Amino acid sequence: MTGTVYTETVVHAAPAQFVADAPYQLAIISLEGGGRITGRILGDRVQIGDRVQLAETRDGISFFRKIFS
Amino acid sequence: MRPVAVIGIGKTAFGAFPDRDLRSLAVEAGGKALADAHVSPSKVEAFYLGNFAGPAFAGQNHLAPYIASGLGITGVPCTRFEAACASSGSAFFHAVTSVAAGMYDIVLAAGVEKMTSQPTPVVTEILAGAGDTTGEVRAGATFPALFAMIARRHMFQYGTTREQLAAVAVKNHSNGAKNPLAHMRKVITLEQALAGKPIAEPLTVYDCSLISDGAAVVLIAPLERAFEFTAKPAKILGIAQTSDAVALDQKDDITTFRAVRLAGEKAYKMAGLKAEDIEFAELHDCFTIAEIIATEDLGWVEKGQGGAYALSGKTCLHGERPINPSGGLKSKGHPVGATGVGQICDLVMQIRGEAGDLQVARHSLGLAENLGGSGATAVVTILGKA
Repeated sequence: MTGTVYTETVVHAAPAQFVADAPYQLAIISLEGGGRITGRILGDRVQIGDRVQLAETRDGISFFRKIFS
Repeated sequence: MRPVAVIGIGKTAFGAFPDRDLRSLAVEAGGKALADAHVSPSKVEAFYLGNFAGPAFAGQNHLAPYIASGLGITGVPCTRFEAACASSGSAFFHAVTSVAAGMYDIVLAAGVEKMTSQPTPVVTEILAGAGDTTGEVRAGATFPALFAMIARRHMFQYGTTREQLAAVAVKNHSNGAKNPLAHMRKVITLEQALAGKPIAEPLTVYDCSLISDGAAVVLIAPLERAFEFTAKPAKILGIAQTSDAVALDQKDDITTFRAVRLAGEKAYKMAGLKAEDIEFAELHDCFTIAEIIATEDLGWVEKGQGGAYALSGKTCLHGERPINPSGGLKSKGHPVGATGVGQICDLVMQIRGEAGDLQVARHSLGLAENLGGSGATAVVTILGKA
């Protein structure tokens, strides 16, 4: 599953259950096949317009990774 | 439909009050509103309460009769409304419709929240429950994160800058410093606002409203009876509540709040007014970007020009259209469930000419915008001198 970053943020003040993960990058991805999904970014930070690929799904969370062209 | 007026208002200070419980705050504000209109509790025919998360914050359910009975109001319908940060805006909207329809004459609309008894990460988690917990929230979205993503996209599409966001915080703190009921009565500089601790990039702590305790109550009646209770009623000229999807990733364009645009259009139409007629406004600046977008959605500037408008000085206390003369949620505080009715109290004080150091020059026509979540509920109210 691939897509493009529609928007993103780096979360510093996390909710109780994710305090150990902070800071983490969250993004809304416009999927190639249509629709959008909110997921986390693994590895390099991304910006609006960057292409990303689904790396894994864990605890119901979709983790995406930047595609370098 | 018959015309409706606000005949009494009452607010507690907003702030962190470790020794106060939720009911005592609501009872204080309610007592003030009843006294303001010289109405005894036995005359109240219905009670509409806005509260977002009393059960989660304070472990208390069945809140409407719990609070109403504390005010000496029993035997009448007492109902709680939950619409995230627009909970009491929604309670007020439904109270107004019941009086407009002729069902009741004397009705109390209230809002209350007690937030500071929980540590910030827990508050953050409870607030996140106003998002989509099967999607965005599960992935780790907080409310600051949702508005940060809105800000990032607005910056990308329209060139909105960090300075423009910070200008909202500087203005609202400058106003709130003069408000005796505000949570954070502190002037801040642009440099301070820009150098704030990051919460969710690009938003810093100075872009975020406060975690507060507080309550606000208004008493409403048909306009034809309003002068029985007060020499200075405020007439409800237009009011609308609207909705949209809860999840941010389900909205086509996150740089606009569709519900706010729609509520604004409906309220203007009901009042027979245009955007430019509005003299001052209390807008839902839960985050600085939200005030910027609201000024666009309510029609005062073109889409994308809200940032420049914020920096122009036109929205300052003595500008051409003061926005958030009270200090807004940013400085006044944001006890979530109390915010909507609190805004109505602030408009009424201005319309009566009783806003003290916060008084704006032109004060006969004001608008309040109360936003729920990241835009799934909006309530817009236009009040004028009766």
